[in-house]
Amino acid sequence: MTKDTFNIAGTDFTSRLIVGTGKYKDFEETARAVEASGAEIVTVAIRRVNVMDPTQPMLVDYLDPKKYTYLPNTAGCFSADDAIRTLRLAREAGGWKLVKLEVLGDQKTLYPNMIETLHAAEVLIKEGFEVMVYCSDDPIMAKRLEDLGCCAIMPLGAPIGSGLGIQNPVQIRLIVEQSNVPVLVDAGVGTASDAAVAMELGCDGVLMNTAIAEAGDPIAMARAMKLAVEAGRLAYYAGRMPKKLYADPSSPLAGLI
Amino acid sequence: MIEITINGDPHEIGKGQSLVKLLQGLNLDPTKVAIERNLEIVPKTTYQNVKLIEGDRLEIVHFIGGGK
Repeated sequence: MTKDTFNIAGTDFTSRLIVGTGKYKDFEETARAVEASGAEIVTVAIRRVNVMDPTQPMLVDYLDPKKYTYLPNTAGCFSADDAIRTLRLAREAGGWKLVKLEVLGDQKTLYPNMIETLHAAEVLIKEGFEVMVYCSDDPIMAKRLEDLGCCAIMPLGAPIGSGLGIQNPVQIRLIVEQSNVPVLVDAGVGTASDAAVAMELGCDGVLMNTAIAEAGDPIAMARAMKLAVEAGRLAYYAGRMPKKLYADPSSPLAGLI
Repeated sequence: MIEITINGDPHEIGKGQSLVKLLQGLNLDPTKVAIERNLEIVPKTTYQNVKLIEGDRLEIVHFIGGGK
């Protein structure tokens, strides 16, 4: 395989692993995990500045926005209006248009609210944002989002932070086959083999946070995820052997003594 | 003095203060934050010209670690 890149909204990326920057012990650990993961894109949240203590360290001091593509996301938003407001602020804070839209519908499952998501996507795209969108694994919804102009479709593999692995390989594969923009599994990965499964299904990439941040050794897991995404991608490219019901010996039968 | 709201809390500031001055007073680097004033985004290039008035509601935000 020659140089294997994928393109999001006009920019080529080499790493197919996007990592979140939440839940780490401190910014130092965040920076080390991101480094070990090889990720070129990191998701970040937008929150109020603590005006009482502005001397607190800031993420931008540990992860250089010139080195990494900051992908502001709307985690924690439960309405289209909140998500739109958050991303307008993000664009002003960072000065870039590439964002991750995520509108949640339920506190317990953090399942996406697709009606609000579609509405927010439409408004944001009209305002010139490049929208990567977290969505349900419904191929019809995924198509609608692509038709609206979203630059990447990101269905969940399992609920956010659950670490259950890819629960829906059939739906993920259907979305991969029908899409003309990158498809990334966003949420549900628990360990390296889950990331490999997502890539073997033909996904263009995987986005994760908790699987790395809550691992016993986040730095080691970050590296494991890097290797798993590369391995899964290479296996997909290579094309797996067909599955068979019965055995098939690897050694020739001719010349047996 | 006038009273404005910053991130939900009341603050007393000098009359006619600009956003730039306010940020300096709060020790905040203007390049690292974004500001919403009365639900409207304030473009960074205009911080110098924006004079705050009684009752202004500001949201000052920045990027923090976050995933999903």
